[in-house]
Amino acid sequence: MDLFEYQGKQYFARYGIAVSPGDVADTVEAAVAVAERVGWPVVVKAQVKVGGRGKAGGVKLAANVKEAREHATNILGLDIKGHVVKRLWIEHASDIKKEYYASFTLDRPNKTHLGMLSAQGGVEIEVVAEENPEAISFLSIDPVRGLDVETARRWVAEAELDDVAREQAAELLVKLYTCYTEGDCDLAEINPLVLTSEDTVHALDAKVTLDENASFRHPEWEAFREGEFEDPREKMAKEKGLNYIGLEGTVGIIANGAGLAMSTLDVVNQVGGTAANFLDIGGGANADVMAAALEVINADPMVKSIFVNIFGGITRVDEVANGVLEALQRVTIAAPIVLRLDGTNAVEGRAILAPHLSDHLITEPTMLDAARRAVSLAN
Amino acid sequence: MSIFVDENTRVIVQGLTGGQGRFHGLRNRDYGTKVVGGVTPGKGGTDVDGVPVFNSVKEAVAATGATASFVVVPPKFAPAAIIEAAEGGITFIVCITEGIPARDEAVTYNRLVEEFPGVRLLGPNCPGIISPGKCNIGITSGDIALAGGPVGIVSRSGTLTYQALHELSAQGIGQTTCVGIGGDPVPGTNFIDCLAAFEADPETKAVMMIGEIGGSEEERAADWIKHNMTKPVVAYVAGVTAPPGRKMGHAGAIISGSKGTAQAKMDALADAGVHVCQNPTEAGAKMVDIVRAM
Repeated sequence: MDLFEYQGKQYFARYGIAVSPGDVADTVEAAVAVAERVGWPVVVKAQVKVGGRGKAGGVKLAANVKEAREHATNILGLDIKGHVVKRLWIEHASDIKKEYYASFTLDRPNKTHLGMLSAQGGVEIEVVAEENPEAISFLSIDPVRGLDVETARRWVAEAELDDVAREQAAELLVKLYTCYTEGDCDLAEINPLVLTSEDTVHALDAKVTLDENASFRHPEWEAFREGEFEDPREKMAKEKGLNYIGLEGTVGIIANGAGLAMSTLDVVNQVGGTAANFLDIGGGANADVMAAALEVINADPMVKSIFVNIFGGITRVDEVANGVLEALQRVTIAAPIVLRLDGTNAVEGRAILAPHLSDHLITEPTMLDAARRAVSLAN
Repeated sequence: MSIFVDENTRVIVQGLTGGQGRFHGLRNRDYGTKVVGGVTPGKGGTDVDGVPVFNSVKEAVAATGATASFVVVPPKFAPAAIIEAAEGGITFIVCITEGIPARDEAVTYNRLVEEFPGVRLLGPNCPGIISPGKCNIGITSGDIALAGGPVGIVSRSGTLTYQALHELSAQGIGQTTCVGIGGDPVPGTNFIDCLAAFEADPETKAVMMIGEIGGSEEERAADWIKHNMTKPVVAYVAGVTAPPGRKMGHAGAIISGSKGTAQAKMDALADAGVHVCQNPTEAGAKMVDIVRAM
């Protein structure tokens, strides 16, 4: 789960990481009230889960009520790369002397944690990595041993942060590492990490991605779920407990297993179609799951045909077939359904469907045949 | 021959008394796997359909001589179960558990490397391993595999592993071993571990490799193949049409920035001399051609 900047800052604050004083606002009036409270000048920042806010006019400095009102009015409702701004973060503007970069993420090839620190922050780190890689100081951290302040001190020196910033930065990095590990983040990034004219170091931005697998030990994450899904189809799927991603095409996809679902998207594409979604119903697909999956896809007006691709392993194909029939009794599905059923009890499954086949319920012997059929029905 | 497990492998099931553990553990036994015991704290002395249950891995190993363990416990408890297996003397651990936090996986993996260097972990979040006709540990349906070789299979995806087995078995082409390494960010066993084992196995004549988007394991495997592999490799990578920044089911299946795309992986594999195919069916057909021409 990606957090909004304001949520990331709230999360940082739990771990004692310094951020600028500020608050959220959903209206112009609320924005002005926050600004009065945190003190002028303020920065008015669009809350969207996409980069490049500044360039799109979503981050503005305001010195007084008139400017704050003007910027809040302009930014609320602004469309930034398809994300409409519904919420602002207003914070006291820092007097910035230097901008740094800091992040922790998993180093998958080495199976360790990876810290990245640079004295050249404020710009996209990918650009720094490309143009000036020696400006980034990488730190490989053994997940068993973790990061201590001594190591962090050596790290800030190696990254050539300004002398006056080093001790504060080292302590902040240890807190950020704790937030990253104990807070179960896939990514905890501060860009920029600033040194102010008062020689204090704090986080001016927050980019946090949480590891959903760890939600069982983080009840506090529930508060972050508001506004999690912009796509109404994804919201509906999440409520039904389905692993669904909305796409732009016309062939609805239902498959068991993430790999097979991805592969189904690919094959539909190869035979000239476009997938409306990714949907993995997982193992043991019963009638309830199948009905929920068909309902979500049925609610998508773009869908012109539905491709159900099942390879039974632990999932038994006869149960899937019964599930489809039960689902069809509960829900009226507008688009024709093409099924490819293989694996455990496939013969029995096909036999169950045989008396019900029509131009709206079709079976095909292989994945490729079924993809071609579904695509021709959709086009 | 086969890799990692064979007809002599003695297996315990951690979580045998649970619903999943019982179902898959007994299914593995019925396939012919030597399932010699189960472990559930507090349930020692009981049995599951004749398979004795022990309170700890240590007790189970002492009583049965098991060397492999099948971990079927919920994500909250799986890391501790893996470490207990290693401490108890198990050298091959298969963990099918889905949903373990990445931080726990990273700690568990590094503890195994540092404290138990002789132990191999397969998974988590994987379908397991099957050496057809000899040993099946995990959730793969034994009847879609065909004994006798000569193909080795290694896959990051569960259902695509079944698809690969099916494509070959349907054409009468058998497998030496089929390994599902799983799609999580910190897999205990990776492509290179399996490719190296297949390269060293005299009965494996060719290898089918199924990859997917995310990470750089396929690229690393390609580099290894280029420099070390003498046997033919056929590959398929799922997720050509996957949008960047969206997790496609597996925690590891995500394209971040310009990294982890299926195209980059396919290009790297093709450059290493691998036969790269566009879908599982094409990969199956290619492998059938290669084996028949041998």
